[in-house]
Amino acid sequence: MDDTGKSVAFRGGGFAPKSPRWVGVVVFVALVLFVEWGTRAGWISSLSLPRPSDVFETFRLLYDSGLLIKHLGPSLSRLTVGAIIGASVGISVGILIGLFSYVRSGLVPLVAAIFPIPKIALLPLFVIWFGIGEGSKYALIAFGTFTPTVVATYGAVDNVDRTLIRMGQSFGLSWWSIVRKIVLPCAMPGILSGLRISLAIAIILLVAAEMLGAEYGIGAYILEAGSLYDLERLFAGVVILSLLGVLVSAVIGMAERRLLGWRT
Amino acid sequence: MDIRLDGIGHAYDDFEVMRDISLDISSGQIVCIVGPSGCGKSTLLRFIGGLERPKQGRVLQLGEPPAGCLNPLTYIFQDFALLPWRSVSGNISLVLEDHGIKGAAADKIIADVLARTKLTDFAKALPKQLSGGMKQRVAIARALAVNPAVMLMDEPLSALDSQTRELLMDDLVELWTRQPFSAVYVTHNLAEAVRLGHRVVVLSRRPGQIREVVDIDKPLAAREFGDADLEKTQKYLWQLMRDEARAADAELLHG
Ligand SMILES: Nc1ncnc2c1ncn2[C@@H]1O[C@H](COP(=O)(O)OP(=O)(O)OP(=O)(O)O)[C@@H](O)[C@H]1O
Ligand SMILES: [Mg+2]
Repeated sequence: MDDTGKSVAFRGGGFAPKSPRWVGVVVFVALVLFVEWGTRAGWISSLSLPRPSDVFETFRLLYDSGLLIKHLGPSLSRLTVGAIIGASVGISVGILIGLFSYVRSGLVPLVAAIFPIPKIALLPLFVIWFGIGEGSKYALIAFGTFTPTVVATYGAVDNVDRTLIRMGQSFGLSWWSIVRKIVLPCAMPGILSGLRISLAIAIILLVAAEMLGAEYGIGAYILEAGSLYDLERLFAGVVILSLLGVLVSAVIGMAERRLLGWRT
Repeated sequence: MDIRLDGIGHAYDDFEVMRDISLDISSGQIVCIVGPSGCGKSTLLRFIGGLERPKQGRVLQLGEPPAGCLNPLTYIFQDFALLPWRSVSGNISLVLEDHGIKGAAADKIIADVLARTKLTDFAKALPKQLSGGMKQRVAIARALAVNPAVMLMDEPLSALDSQTRELLMDDLVELWTRQPFSAVYVTHNLAEAVRLGHRVVVLSRRPGQIREVVDIDKPLAAREFGDADLEKTQKYLWQLMRDEARAADAELLHG
């Protein structure tokens, strides 16, 4: 046999993305530096994009004046209360839909009907129902997180491994034990990835809610800056929202690592 | 506690799966059920364990389960059915928690069954860290923990390679010899049937009926890999099954 054969070409790579942390940071920093360079060199006009260093300066002023805390505090509490109500009701209803035929046939069409409604359009309605204060803001955020959470949860419950449920029944586990110890953990990956989407929507709705009758809050801050065409402050507000999004995503990532470590 | 199957018949809609199956399973005995694919073996096992109801006939429990028996009819599944998020001991404590057995009492039972299945060193491991054979030993340990009167096993070794299968058969024989249990053991594998069964029930193709019941008197502990008389029984069983299997196979093809 000829021993000068050529080696078999490798074709097994790719399709297995890992995520080295620094890449994200590098992309972000490069983008900011690029805009900074453009605005300083003059080929990005300061009317179309604010200079990143100015935005940073605005942000620093906001922090130093103590206004950042004043805006962030109410926003965070609205986000937390609204999202907790929406997500917990959503998860409970999703599990009920996943487990009971009548709940399923009764609620699935209803959820499908309210899912596509832009919840922002309902803000006036919520104001009438819950008042112009915090109530309508909680309601809007809760309602907006509720629908995607329900859909993700009942989809996850549908995908629970039936053989595990059979196993639970065959050992005489009570209904409640099967739900708590088998169905819920099995559905957890789907519920958490649903929460990623729901919480992003919650942040979007937070801004919408604060555009109506809020003195303090990130949304109010952005709205004010926008109406004055103060791009530096607008961007400072947007950066806060982005950071909030990154934070929420990191918290869910942590929950996934803690709760789903059993997955391969 | 004995189990009596009394004229069991079943159909899914108009699709008749089994007909008039009557059988006694006496305590301390391993009854193997063999038959061509699709003849209703798994369905029959679900009837015995109360996971499904037959259209005709009854499954009767004769006598009371022995004292200390938490779950008289206990399954061992082909695909192990372990909770991937619980450790080996967590999977066993799962079936004890509902009986109010927690803490030291549970630890004692868990330590005992893990020792009996030679898993003591793996108590904290997650299922994904275990080989197939070990996973099935965990499932056996879990079944032993509830002290069953009858074990219901649906092809428990079919997902394993042949060496692991031999080893686990030895383990099962050893477990039985130390403390005889009753079992209904469904399998495709005639070698398993003659190795573990006190009686082998041969079912016909669908609709499944009892074709023949073969008793094997040789004590379990005396049976060995490649025993001449067991081979003879196995050959006999295969002759019984061959035509049925061929016909069943052709039926599946023609759907
Ligand atoms: N829930 C069900 N609904 C409708 N048909 C079913 C159902 N369960 C089983 N069957 C049918 O009943 C027949 C017997 O099924 P069963 O799983 O009991 O066979 P089996 O003997 O265990 O087969 P195998 O050896 O392949 O495991 C099969 O033809 C199957 O398609
Ligand atoms: Mg089967």
